[in-house]
Amino acid sequence: MSNMSASGELSIKSIVREVLTYRSGQVGAAILLFLIGLSIYAVIAIPYDRAIALWRGEESCWIEVPRNAMPYWYKYIMRKNLPETIVVDGLRGDPGVIKAVTEIPGTNIKRILLEISFTYDYDDFPSEVNLFFYANYSESLPLIKIYWIKPDGSNIPLISYTIRRPYTILYLTINDDVQKSLLEFVRSNVGEPKEYIEPQLIMFAVNDETMLSAKTAKILKSTGSQIRKYTLRIEGMLFGKDSDLNAKLVVYGKVYGFAGTDHLRRDVSIALLWGTPIALAFGLTSSLAISIVQLIIAVISGWYGGKVDFIIQRLTEIYMIIPFLPFLIMISSLYRLTIWVLVAVLLVLSIFGAGVKSTRALVMQVKEEPYIEAALAYGASSRRIIFLYIIPKILPPMIPGLIGSVPGFVFLEASLAFLGLGDPFLPTWGKVINDAFSNGAFYKGYLWWIGLPSIMLILTAISFALIGFALDKIVNPRLREW
Amino acid sequence: MKRRIKKLIKMSVKGPILFIVKRAIALYLIVVLSVYITIVIANLGGYVDRITQAQILEDITFTIKRDPQYRGLPPEEVDRIIRDTYELELKKLGLDTPFIVRSFRYLVNGLTLDLGRALYLTSDTGSRQVKLIILERLPQTVMLFTTASVLNFFIHLFLGLYLSRHYGGKLDKLFIALSPTSIVPGWLYGLFLIMIFASILRVLPYGGYVDVPPPDDPVSYGLSVLKHMILPLSSWIISGFFMGVYGSRTFYLIFSTEDYVTVAKAKGLPPRIIERRYILRPALPPVITSFSLGLIGSWGGAIITETVFNWPGLGKVMRDAINSMDTPVIVGEVIIYAYLLAITVLLLDILYLFIDPRIRARFR
Repeated sequence: MSNMSASGELSIKSIVREVLTYRSGQVGAAILLFLIGLSIYAVIAIPYDRAIALWRGEESCWIEVPRNAMPYWYKYIMRKNLPETIVVDGLRGDPGVIKAVTEIPGTNIKRILLEISFTYDYDDFPSEVNLFFYANYSESLPLIKIYWIKPDGSNIPLISYTIRRPYTILYLTINDDVQKSLLEFVRSNVGEPKEYIEPQLIMFAVNDETMLSAKTAKILKSTGSQIRKYTLRIEGMLFGKDSDLNAKLVVYGKVYGFAGTDHLRRDVSIALLWGTPIALAFGLTSSLAISIVQLIIAVISGWYGGKVDFIIQRLTEIYMIIPFLPFLIMISSLYRLTIWVLVAVLLVLSIFGAGVKSTRALVMQVKEEPYIEAALAYGASSRRIIFLYIIPKILPPMIPGLIGSVPGFVFLEASLAFLGLGDPFLPTWGKVINDAFSNGAFYKGYLWWIGLPSIMLILTAISFALIGFALDKIVNPRLREW
Repeated sequence: MKRRIKKLIKMSVKGPILFIVKRAIALYLIVVLSVYITIVIANLGGYVDRITQAQILEDITFTIKRDPQYRGLPPEEVDRIIRDTYELELKKLGLDTPFIVRSFRYLVNGLTLDLGRALYLTSDTGSRQVKLIILERLPQTVMLFTTASVLNFFIHLFLGLYLSRHYGGKLDKLFIALSPTSIVPGWLYGLFLIMIFASILRVLPYGGYVDVPPPDDPVSYGLSVLKHMILPLSSWIISGFFMGVYGSRTFYLIFSTEDYVTVAKAKGLPPRIIERRYILRPALPPVITSFSLGLIGSWGGAIITETVFNWPGLGKVMRDAINSMDTPVIVGEVIIYAYLLAITVLLLDILYLFIDPRIRARFR
């Protein structure tokens, strides 16, 4: 019993100090501090409501962001100047936009010429090109023709288009007519393509045989012997006096932010950031709540003994054989739990869990100590003995288990989210892994999408495991011998 | 003489059998309880009722639409007949009674694996019986995770023994330092394994059970299955590796400080014999306990691991059922898991009878 009395004298402060004397404790505490810092940053930088709005906002707030973009630092890994997104907005008055409107005398028709030009110096093709129109019209709909002019001077007529709404998006690279005109251009100038080549490739490749295959195509850069720009030229007719037309060109890159983007163009780093406080809060709350409830039940079982003890012991044996995870999965699939309801369900499913048995064993030891006998002798009530004499005594040896079980809950939440049963609102790591997994990230090679949230999960788990490990050595010193 | 031996065998067999029967009854009662809880939870949202009603309605519609005597009738008339028969059937089966009564009917259905019909999923043979959909996947799950548990068991046993012999050495310290890595579950290691060996190196499949199309001759079929098992097995082995070895090493160390080991050493017994008879033998029950806990845990862990590796087992069915909100299959899965868990525990109890003399001694 020497270890019991030794551990009983440990205060929280001294435990913390001693944890830091172990290498594993130092590393664990350092990672945990980093995660806590990240959580604080997340909560301050992106308030809760905004985080949820951004995560649920789907395309409307992310429309200028590339789909499935790589993290920015992939540039350094791949040693390639991967394209970033280029936005040239005529409405905002960006440089590179030339606009000329001429009225045709005697009519209320206006001729409009919009030229949007930009330089392109990246080592890879863009992922997508879209054109946004802001139109003012009262009588007939504006009619436009769009041309694509490459730095080498080749001029490709892309499409004739009628703008049917005041705010329209023309998805250039997935538009059938644009694709047809681009292929037409390749056929008449270079030859028959060997395979399917993407529109953005034709738009940005050097015009020779190399462009007939995606493998050989070279990017036509703006820099070089002469600096010439890419230009998108819009010629159109507007009807009515107040009619006007502005356009914004977005050339989507292949990198974005620290963690890339997902299939809905959302910035994954939001989920990585916000996943941290959620995981920490969920893991700690579940672990703490379950430990406390199990502690109380174990104390009742051990202290009162007899029938109560018998019933609680049989219940724990039943709980051990109940299919815990299938139950949890069934409940969350039938009733769509938010994360805090999940904590409650977890609590119910583990009230009589295995922890009760080990804690009860501690209670049985403490029960025999002389000072409990002394307390009984002076007539202390059961409640007084339990809360003032037994629980404070068995609390320290429980702490390693409490800390050590945090990762289990973090992974549990991640597993549920991975099965598509996560909290319907919150962005969590498990949800990102689920999104990535169900959208074929493995096959398409979007490894950061699965890898980054997994690394966050592992960091969290390892930090608690290391701290728990160090605590265990302090609180149960017998382990130190081995 | 012969009769006496027979009597002796009878005596020594009777006790253990009685013990197993008692355990079996206790475990079955827990299964009953699990199934009942499942039904109550699922029916809080009325799900079980809907499963049964949908099945009755489908059966009736099927019989009536095929019955030649109704064929000439206008569709509205047929619909009315179907509805009337359906309501009559509900009354006949007592489905208009309060839930407490119905719940016991459902309990019996659940316990006899009469799990109803799936809403969307079908079995490989095309059946929509939940029982068939689930049971057809059971062998794959059992195969993968029993293999994983057994492999883990032997790896932990032998490496643990090795470490306990070289206790305090560099390797020993390394295992202690790395033991926190076992907190990460197998499926998460699996994600990284797929990334490395499938996405980047392209030497092993992303997942699945067998190549598509499956090879014709049984040998290459088996090899193909083995190839698909490499990554899921590795993920579980990596996950349990350091902690498992560390744990069994500690068991052996505890037993190697017992007095009888010291006596054996003093007698000058060779170290191999001491190890086998005096350390490994008594350490076996706790080691088997950790094996059985691992096996029991693997049924739950299987759900996620199978999803990650697209392994066509119980867990994969669970994910498919969740994705298509196929409630009968979800409820059926919980019931099958309850049975699986109880059967595993019972088998391990029987195993204990063989390896732990203390349990056998009770029956002498």
